[in-house]
Amino acid sequence: MNVSYQWLKDYIDLSGIEPAQLAEMMTRGGIEIDSVPSRNLGVTQVVAGLVKTKEKHPDADKLSVCTVDAGTGEDLQIVCGAPNVAAGLKVPVAVVGAELPGGLKIKRAKLRGVESQGMLCSAKELGINEKLLPKEQQEGLYILPADTKIGASILDVLALDDSILELDLTPNRSDCLSMLGVAYEASALTGRPLTLPDPAMELISSGEWASERVKVKISNPELCSHYSARYIRGVKIGPSPLWMQNRLIAAGVRPISNIVDITNYVMLEYGQPLHAFDAAKVAGGQIDVRLAREGETLETLDGKERSLEPHMLLIADAEKPIALAGVMGGLNSEVTDDTVDIILESARFDGGSVRRTSRQLGLRSEASARFEKEVDPGRVLEALDRAAVLMAKYAGGEVLDGAVQAGAANVEPVVVKIGLDRINSFLGTRIPSLEVKTIWSRLQFQAVETAESEWQVTVPSRRNGISRDVDLIEEVARLHGYDEIPTTPIEGPTTTGALTKPQAVRRELRKLLAAAGLFEAISYNVVSPQRAALFPQLNGSAEGAKPIPLAMPMSEERSVLRTVLLPSLLEAAAYNQARKTNDVALFEIANVFHSDETALTKLPTEKTRVALLLTGNRVSSAWNRQSEKVDFYDAKGILDSVFERFGLADRIAYSAAQPEHFHPGRTAELKLERDGGSVSIGYVGQLHPDLQREFDLGDTFVAEIELAALYDHVDASIKYRTLPRYPSVERDLAVVVGREVEGGALVAAIEEAAGELLESAGVFDVYTGERLGTEKKSVALSTVYRHPERTLTDEEVTEAHNRVLTKLEQTFGAELRK
Amino acid sequence: MKERLEGLRGEALERLKEVSDPNQLNELKVHYLGKKGQLTEILRGMGGLSAEERPVIGQVANEVRAAIEAVIAEKQEAFDREETARRLRSETIDVTLPGKKRETGLVHPLTKVTQEIEDIFLGMGYSIAEGPEVETDFYNFEALNLPKNHPARDMQDSFYLTDDILLRTHTSPVQIRAMRAAGGKTPLKVICPGKVYRRDDDDATHSFMFHQIEGIVVGPNIRMSDLKGTLLQFVQAMYGENTQIRLRPSFFPFTEPSAEVDVTCAQCGGHGCRMCKHTGWIEILGCGMVHPKVLEYGGYDPKEVTGFAFGMGVERIALLKYDIDDIRHFYNNDLRFLGQFARL
Repeated sequence: MNVSYQWLKDYIDLSGIEPAQLAEMMTRGGIEIDSVPSRNLGVTQVVAGLVKTKEKHPDADKLSVCTVDAGTGEDLQIVCGAPNVAAGLKVPVAVVGAELPGGLKIKRAKLRGVESQGMLCSAKELGINEKLLPKEQQEGLYILPADTKIGASILDVLALDDSILELDLTPNRSDCLSMLGVAYEASALTGRPLTLPDPAMELISSGEWASERVKVKISNPELCSHYSARYIRGVKIGPSPLWMQNRLIAAGVRPISNIVDITNYVMLEYGQPLHAFDAAKVAGGQIDVRLAREGETLETLDGKERSLEPHMLLIADAEKPIALAGVMGGLNSEVTDDTVDIILESARFDGGSVRRTSRQLGLRSEASARFEKEVDPGRVLEALDRAAVLMAKYAGGEVLDGAVQAGAANVEPVVVKIGLDRINSFLGTRIPSLEVKTIWSRLQFQAVETAESEWQVTVPSRRNGISRDVDLIEEVARLHGYDEIPTTPIEGPTTTGALTKPQAVRRELRKLLAAAGLFEAISYNVVSPQRAALFPQLNGSAEGAKPIPLAMPMSEERSVLRTVLLPSLLEAAAYNQARKTNDVALFEIANVFHSDETALTKLPTEKTRVALLLTGNRVSSAWNRQSEKVDFYDAKGILDSVFERFGLADRIAYSAAQPEHFHPGRTAELKLERDGGSVSIGYVGQLHPDLQREFDLGDTFVAEIELAALYDHVDASIKYRTLPRYPSVERDLAVVVGREVEGGALVAAIEEAAGELLESAGVFDVYTGERLGTEKKSVALSTVYRHPERTLTDEEVTEAHNRVLTKLEQTFGAELRK
Repeated sequence: MKERLEGLRGEALERLKEVSDPNQLNELKVHYLGKKGQLTEILRGMGGLSAEERPVIGQVANEVRAAIEAVIAEKQEAFDREETARRLRSETIDVTLPGKKRETGLVHPLTKVTQEIEDIFLGMGYSIAEGPEVETDFYNFEALNLPKNHPARDMQDSFYLTDDILLRTHTSPVQIRAMRAAGGKTPLKVICPGKVYRRDDDDATHSFMFHQIEGIVVGPNIRMSDLKGTLLQFVQAMYGENTQIRLRPSFFPFTEPSAEVDVTCAQCGGHGCRMCKHTGWIEILGCGMVHPKVLEYGGYDPKEVTGFAFGMGVERIALLKYDIDDIRHFYNNDLRFLGQFARL
């Protein structure tokens, strides 16, 4: 809502309160005002002048030489290039010394040899948005009304000496979608009285009843609680008075004609949208407010043919639809230059219905915006009367007696009880009773004191957001001033804040992965179907889940919920490499969304996962070292250290796996052992070369792990183990085995065979080479033996070690290398 | 014999003076003091001396030996020092060349900011509650006093999956879930961080996905002054103890009264700068007293308890904190961007 400061002064004395001050008061009081632009963008010394003569310029086809009376005492000679200049017109004249927006200074000048003592101006040159002007004024000189006083300052004539308060209204303050509402608010804030129009007093009886000419019926009262109409006879269509046009322009509404302008003016003034029908085009003088019928169409005022749906509320006459209730009028009943009689509508349509229709048709207007927020039932008739009075005054019409109505004019007022104690204990304040009473009176809320500092407050219908005691407390709080509310600590028992186990795990995980050299990524949770289809073993499709689509996506790129994290990291890696960052190490912790339903009836499963990606070099080359490419074991090693930190290392088993989109020979499935069984928690491996190519990546190693399964088994307990007091004995061995034999299997076999004395076993070298042939490899293992309470004898160790050798020989056909 | 010894001393000291390298020194040492050296040679003649002469000559011999040894030791030490110096010189490196950095990564700036905020509230006795990102219309709207067709639903255009299921438009549904989980117990003090989604066209200041942190406190006598006290404590922990807050009346369907909160501009300390558009204040929070209907939906009796709630956008706080010009940087995962948030 754009509020003209000068217009507002019609209703309240604002002397001593500058526009900016008022804006600050209103903002601090809850009506946010974004900015307060001045309507005058830098015009000085521009006056209204009369073009007395117009001659063709002797030397230029497109220029005219005019004599102009600008009230300066003598006629001015002004050269003008506007095609619409003509003798007898009154136009804005920038005399010598004048300034125009943009800093243009008017000087005495010669144009093609002819002296010019000023400049005739268009609206645009005066800084007025030409889109807001009546069509005929959008080009050429701004033609002023014939009765404009010569020499009058253009700032007065066009009401440019004004500021606009740009209100950014919250949905609960639709009362301020009207000048009167803003005036009430200003009155509450300043304590100054209001002067309001009283249109009913200004109506003159015509001696004929409107009800003779127009009948009103509401067929769907649930969508229209009140409809009122007046009949205005014998109007003369023409422009509205300039002052009204100025105010409409100030509010951002384009003037069209006196009748339309009056409906808009009153809408801005009262917040009640009105509509004028050409009475001659309303068949049978019948107004029926009803739902559309199957197959009905209506050509709306914007010239578009609309197919109507049965949920849309219409205004129909005896034969056909003539308007979309509260949304837009029909072309078939439009007021035109030939219109003589007017049926003027003021009604209360259901906000939800207007909202649905206007949205569906993409027709949102000042009117629909007001209906959507529910108009004030108390102003339906008053606005109707106001517009009728103005039509009589400015369109020469005669208002027939009586408003023709259907539905209820009045609704039961809201009455709310509130007490001083409740207010103060709720706010933590000590506001005295007298101040609260003053606030009720400033708001013009009727408050009856039912007991000492207890009130029964009748809420005016214009404030439809107020229905509970807390709503009244807010009114008190904002007029008392939020700044006046003290700051206090919460009273009562204290609480301890702590992270839950999953929260603590995720925090630690982030820390660990960052320490391992990875950067945390955050990617969109809404992706393309192509991305959601990657990695079937991770994206839920293996369990029958399908990507969950948005009902109305904004683009294909972002149309389904993320099913798997890795594609986002692949995109991020490609994004970075395209920008010459070749070494990419990223991780992300986020949810994926799976559901086995085709049409959701319940919430999908959200699984928190961690994904990581490594590509390029682990160590980049420098003056003193060679670069080293990342490999599978980097990714796995990062996971290993994570599992170790969480006390999970013993529960995690890796096994070779061939999930889709991974390198079939370089990928492991991770399983978590629990409750005697094991559950798959994810994969680590190299991307399949095809996918690497698709994303334009080199060798890329990734992992994606389900976190939920881990939380329960994270072991955060730390127990000290006595440091060994007796020495260990180390035995290394190297065995030749088939290439397919996994190191993990060898270690497991050693652990099984060696018995209790074995402290640890591990692979420390793997060798393949020509000497061994293509089928074999040599694996070097180290074993450590120790007894906690004594020094081991050589015999004991040898015995255990021999068991190991036998076992390896039997199980894997291993040959001991010597 | 005494003369020979004195002669030997003179000669040795003279020759030692001239020594210029450790090998030569060693040769002279052997020459004079070795088993087959000059001194031993002379002392072989001791056998021919009388019992009176022997101790006298013995003492002279010892003196001569000691004198030569002393000079040799002195020389040796000088050579050692020189040798060490030479070695150290040869080992000298260019300390201005770059070190071998242990490359570490970083958490995302939004995570960093979120954790900072979480830590402040954890310290104030809050727990952290989480909830689903895909929500029912009930939790996202209805239970927050936004019935269907409520005009305020305009404020947050949503991504629906079905008529009844949508991507949450705020983290407020978690407040309802947290209240219900509390089963009517007080005090309830939780914050709810997480991703939220709105139908916005992405530009420098809007993103269809962003992060919020909301908080809620419910108890028998929670006042609006407690809300102000809590927010003041928070912003002073976040931005420094001179930070002030200013509440402006506003509207949220789930709170009444509602307020927008401005804090002293951290950039200029409230003097006015580009960041705060020369007002000295920056709006970072929305808050209010929990609407009675919302308390009811959360399983509380609004006659028995009151509560306050507040919420903030993590991106906005991060944008302001780090002076970032475009919100989209947060989701591009450009390492040149992510690498900038390394400080404590």
